[in-house]
Amino acid sequence: MDKTVNQKAWFLVLPVFLVVAFSAVLPLMTVVNYSMQDTFGNNQFFWNGVGWFKELLDPSTDLGGRFLASLGRNLFFSLVILAIEVPLGIVVALSMPRHGWTVAACLVILALPLLIPWNVVGTIWQIFGRPDIGLLGYTLNAMGIDYNYVSNAVDAWVTVIAMDVWHWTSLVALLCYAGLKSIPEAYYQAAQIDGASRWAVFKAIQLPKMNRVLLIAVLLRFMDSFMIYTEPFVVTGGGPGNSTTFVSIELVKIALGQFDLGKAAALSLVYNLIILIVCWIFYTVMTNAGVERKAQAEEEPAAERKPAGVLQPAMALKAKEGVA
Amino acid sequence: MHSIPGRRVIMALFLIFLLLPIYWLVNMSFKTNAEIVSTMTLWPHTPTLQHYRRIFTDESWYSGYINSLEYVVLNTIISISVALPAAYAFSRYRFLGDKHLFFWLLSNRMAPAAVYALPFFNLYSAIGLFDTPWAVALAHCIFNVPLAVWILEGFVSGVPREIDETAFLDGYSFPRFFIKILVPLIASGIGVAAFFCFMFSWVELLLARTLTSVHAKPIAAIMTRTVSAAGMDWGLLAAAGVLTIIPGALVIWFVRNYIASGFALGRV
Repeated sequence: MDKTVNQKAWFLVLPVFLVVAFSAVLPLMTVVNYSMQDTFGNNQFFWNGVGWFKELLDPSTDLGGRFLASLGRNLFFSLVILAIEVPLGIVVALSMPRHGWTVAACLVILALPLLIPWNVVGTIWQIFGRPDIGLLGYTLNAMGIDYNYVSNAVDAWVTVIAMDVWHWTSLVALLCYAGLKSIPEAYYQAAQIDGASRWAVFKAIQLPKMNRVLLIAVLLRFMDSFMIYTEPFVVTGGGPGNSTTFVSIELVKIALGQFDLGKAAALSLVYNLIILIVCWIFYTVMTNAGVERKAQAEEEPAAERKPAGVLQPAMALKAKEGVA
Repeated sequence: MHSIPGRRVIMALFLIFLLLPIYWLVNMSFKTNAEIVSTMTLWPHTPTLQHYRRIFTDESWYSGYINSLEYVVLNTIISISVALPAAYAFSRYRFLGDKHLFFWLLSNRMAPAAVYALPFFNLYSAIGLFDTPWAVALAHCIFNVPLAVWILEGFVSGVPREIDETAFLDGYSFPRFFIKILVPLIASGIGVAAFFCFMFSWVELLLARTLTSVHAKPIAAIMTRTVSAAGMDWGLLAAAGVLTIIPGALVIWFVRNYIASGFALGRV
């Protein structure tokens, strides 16, 4: 579908532009302004130039050390939850029942954690994990495993990761399920006739169909885990020590806790810049994938409906059916 | 054929994993605090409704739910109404800077709320909206409007162009075409977008807490009050938590048939 060039379309976009600019550009200007200054309270500001940025990127200073450490922890956290949630989400999507009321029931239960306010998610896991009153903590300790997320850094990490898996795997699963549902039954029949193994069906039919939604899932999960704040804050408060202090928690500590506006603003800008770069990479990959798909479809109109070589005989079969 | 071996077992295990922590919260909300602290019981032995009674009779508690719903509904209405025309423009026309604008919008969806907490506080205090539902509703627009544009763009693109052209040939003006023809055609898309706006506004806490103090305090912020000198009031905390799950569960029930395609944002 070719789009027509029409500059008047700006009038349709204007409301969105104004609303988002009001909430995004104005505050960002304040942040830029603060990031160049130092304050000693009483609304007195002093010019500091790029001082905060220098300090921020130098691990030997207090600010830089804290920032880089929390950044490292955050990246590690994002990678771990992606490594767990994406495969698990695919497996869960493949395990969905096919017919009947169980489908709706599974969907509703899957979506449930997504609609729980984030601090309540934290509360749920706090109550669930505590060694004295929580089912999980109590059971683990009764089994002889010494588990206490308040005092042990490893346990705190396990709890935070388990919580995120509990909270967000459903999103990946639902996205994959939507991708799987769009596969016509004929593909599977064709694969069956070809005697394709379960693994071949997954690799040649299901995975290519899930490509696009998986990309969305990875993007959303990476971004949201990279700016995670509320859930770990409620459960561990960033502790024990600093072991679960992620970038957002550090930022809020500096901004609203110590009211160190200059440092917080500089941190915000660098944080935002990282997110912008990652977002841009994903966006480019996604649009390129879209263009490629389109180009492929135009080159060979049947290519879209023919995911892999294994299935070609089936297409012939289908054509014959059509003739008959 | 397209299911994997042992799928029933996997599904059952995963659902148990999802439901167990929620069950524990519900379980705890019906226990007395003495029972919670003193013994480990798998179900309430002396079930009580005292925590729920307290929430429904104490205004400082139940007003939190009203405040939360107020800004969530406001935000959903604002987001959808500004996003609809934009989604149409992005789907149908090419104009100066369209791709950059789209990316800029998306990048705002990804911006961390922690970055905006402090500047929002300054901004909304300066214009006198601090501690009103409007402040939170507008602040949540920063991630909900881009998302709504993104979802609706997918659905508008699913409507064949010929329909627009026919309508214009029949003498429909643009606003009339928009309301009479386009909106009914993408009604399910609007439903999906509204669901997502509701969802992300309902679950967000950091901005909602920063932008309110007394009159518009959301329930999620009020919950943190259960820490008192006498120790944690676990039962009350659990009951408040259970009540925050209910609106979400209701909304899911209504959209259950659209959940799967909705989560793919109309782009499978």
